[in-house]
Amino acid sequence: MINTTKIEYHEYDVLVVGAGGAGLNAAQVASQYVKTAVISEVYPTRSHTISAQGGISASLGNHEEDNWHWHMYDTVKGSDYLCDQDAAEYLCRKAPEMIIELEHIGLPFNRTPEGKIAQRPFGGHTAEYGKRPVKRACYVADRTGHAMLQTLFEKAVAQGTQFYNEFLAIELIRNGDRVCGVLCLDLQNGEVHMFHAKAIIFATGGNCRIFATTSNAHINTGDGLALALRAGFSWCDPEFFQFHPTGIYGHGNLITEGVRGEGGILLNSEGERFMERYAPTIKDLAPRDIVSRSMVKEVLAGKGVGANKDHVLLKIDHIGKEAIMEKLPGIHELALVFAGVDCTKEPIPVMPTAHYQMGGIPTNYLGEVIKGYGSDAETVYPGFYAAGECAANSVHGANRLGTNSLLDLVVYGRTVGELAAKFAKENQAAELPENAGQEGLKLLEKFANANGKNTYGPVYSRLTKLMEQKAGVYRTEEHMSAACKELEEIADLLNDFKVVDKSSVYNLDLVEALELNNMVLIARCAAKSALMRKESRGGHAREDYPERDDVNYMKHTNVTIADGGKTINLEYRPVRTKPLTVEPFPPKPRVY
Amino acid sequence: MSKFINVKILRYDPDKDKAPHFQSYKVELRRPGMLLLTVLNQIKWELDPTLSFRRSCREGVCGSDGMNVNGVNMLSCMTKVEDLGSDITIKPLPGMPVIRDLVVDISSFINKFITVKPYIIRHSPMPDGELYQSPEDRKKLDGLYECILCGCCSSSCPSYWVDKDYLGPNAFLRAWRYLIDSRDEGADERLAILNDKHGVWRCHTIYNCVEACPKELNPTKAIVGIRKMLMDKQI
Repeated sequence: MINTTKIEYHEYDVLVVGAGGAGLNAAQVASQYVKTAVISEVYPTRSHTISAQGGISASLGNHEEDNWHWHMYDTVKGSDYLCDQDAAEYLCRKAPEMIIELEHIGLPFNRTPEGKIAQRPFGGHTAEYGKRPVKRACYVADRTGHAMLQTLFEKAVAQGTQFYNEFLAIELIRNGDRVCGVLCLDLQNGEVHMFHAKAIIFATGGNCRIFATTSNAHINTGDGLALALRAGFSWCDPEFFQFHPTGIYGHGNLITEGVRGEGGILLNSEGERFMERYAPTIKDLAPRDIVSRSMVKEVLAGKGVGANKDHVLLKIDHIGKEAIMEKLPGIHELALVFAGVDCTKEPIPVMPTAHYQMGGIPTNYLGEVIKGYGSDAETVYPGFYAAGECAANSVHGANRLGTNSLLDLVVYGRTVGELAAKFAKENQAAELPENAGQEGLKLLEKFANANGKNTYGPVYSRLTKLMEQKAGVYRTEEHMSAACKELEEIADLLNDFKVVDKSSVYNLDLVEALELNNMVLIARCAAKSALMRKESRGGHAREDYPERDDVNYMKHTNVTIADGGKTINLEYRPVRTKPLTVEPFPPKPRVY
Repeated sequence: MSKFINVKILRYDPDKDKAPHFQSYKVELRRPGMLLLTVLNQIKWELDPTLSFRRSCREGVCGSDGMNVNGVNMLSCMTKVEDLGSDITIKPLPGMPVIRDLVVDISSFINKFITVKPYIIRHSPMPDGELYQSPEDRKKLDGLYECILCGCCSSSCPSYWVDKDYLGPNAFLRAWRYLIDSRDEGADERLAILNDKHGVWRCHTIYNCVEACPKELNPTKAIVGIRKMLMDKQI
């Protein structure tokens, strides 16, 4: 049995929750100045950044002319004008120096013949404000995230970061407007720990496990967001998910956009390169939301392939076996294992897969967590930071460009690491309230002792299928209403739940129950937000409202919860359209 | 058409078991090309929620699900069930303390990886801009940086089993990755760590690590490279 009567306490200057790219970069930077700890559900090198394939963007211009302002334009246009333009400017201006920093700490980038960092084209990245594709993605074959996560882990180790691996965060502790601690479960022995800290960074990743077909790892269950919501913080833009066009058919595993960057093309059942019709200028390198919708349209028009005519093909063999094995070796392996296809000879069967959440805990352009609603929506919570996929700074708006997520991780990881260290040097920790951790312990006990009827497998399966069928690439009022209703039924199932495993040691059944509890909350917020946004923008495509509506909806959704999650409150916050130093990019029709 | 396979798993829960014991499950194969991780999830979600194992990315890069299957170390997520026959025996990775069921204690394995200073060490100043590296020098890192820290190599090594201080093939592979990186200047301090009775000389070149690596990397070649570098330095 899990022992909830004893809590072990720890004191740190900076506490980082999550050990993906953002968390590790924040930690390695903060560790240079103050006592810093990282808690992570998995060993750091097993975080989901490891799966990022294609690249990280920066306007280095190593092959052709490029500059950060073009990158910013692409980011804003790619976001369907929902991104905050101060953050987009910050991200794109910082990109080149961050790439050089990664290079200096050991990231093994591929190289040009002169020895510079090699770059490849990627979806939505263009020269001269949309005129033609540009080589902006720096890459390590098709293992960019893998190389980056390990390099950052190694750097953090060298800097003396303290790691608490296989610690699951249960509750974020708050004292007034300050965050002050995190309650955790040590998975290896079932002991409970409280981390008391001056500054806290959330870098807890994404939540696309709520969809049945996803590129995401088992751990991507939105735990950090759920903890932040329960502690009274906001979730910005919950309805915006990215469906990556090229998931392996039937599995959802990712085939990098880098395949199309290297010359790969999408074909329908007639052998037609259909993206030429949807995006005449940049074709297969259109942003992901556009390519995914185009694929679904082809299938709905009867031009899908396979026995059920329900997917399309990604052809890459024409670039030659040598180029594939040098630049896309990981893809070759994945296609072989998951699709049974040798991509040096045959096309890969693909269909969109839930890949990324654009929204997250709302922050300003420096990664400081903000209130997110009301007339003082931009007010900062001192000492609380969010970075990476769990955060909405918001550089991605309604649709993220490929390679901008790895960039987001390192730019914002570094920024919040510096700010948190500075804050910790100048401030005392807020005191832990007298009953700190009681809510988390109650939750832990509820599931550890759950002896009801429903077990994880069937509930997880029902939840993820529902989200896929009713809240996927295309959405309607009818489907979303039904989803909201059924999600309340699913939430009820958790009140009559059974955790069969009663062990205190590595109790995966308990971990999954706690994650499922988080996923259901996440799905409810997302579905309700999607129902209320009556327009189509970026990753949110409504069949009943097919146009973007800038008059009524060029604003961020902001969700908070009340009554322990029973009530979901929706408000809206204006987009920060003013960049830091340059002129804003006003909304325009988004053609490519 | 459905088909059933027999899966025998070594179970151990220190809360209630005095010793590990095998438990058998009859699992339905529901699609061609089914992967072993899918079988484990099916057992956990439909037959026995008390089974514990690690997994995350489920595509062969996070290194969580290394396990010993029919006597060979492998990743469950990249292994097709049809390649294993209809009787499958699964045990935790050998040579590492078992925490629970298929979950082993990898803290010593990770500490050994850290011991070899797996990061760029520079004595001369970095340039302001890029530190150029020729494509030829970069190519030397291929076959080294792809390691996913799953532990399949070290866990297959008899020297690693018997000598608890032996750094093991994984640490050597990573040490070599930095030793031959044209940007690195830390060879002397790294070699001093490797030139030890628990270092590269303990390897008996039996190639278990090479056979076990699910990413088809070659730690033995790295060990030979390090030994040669040590010899060259002494001469």
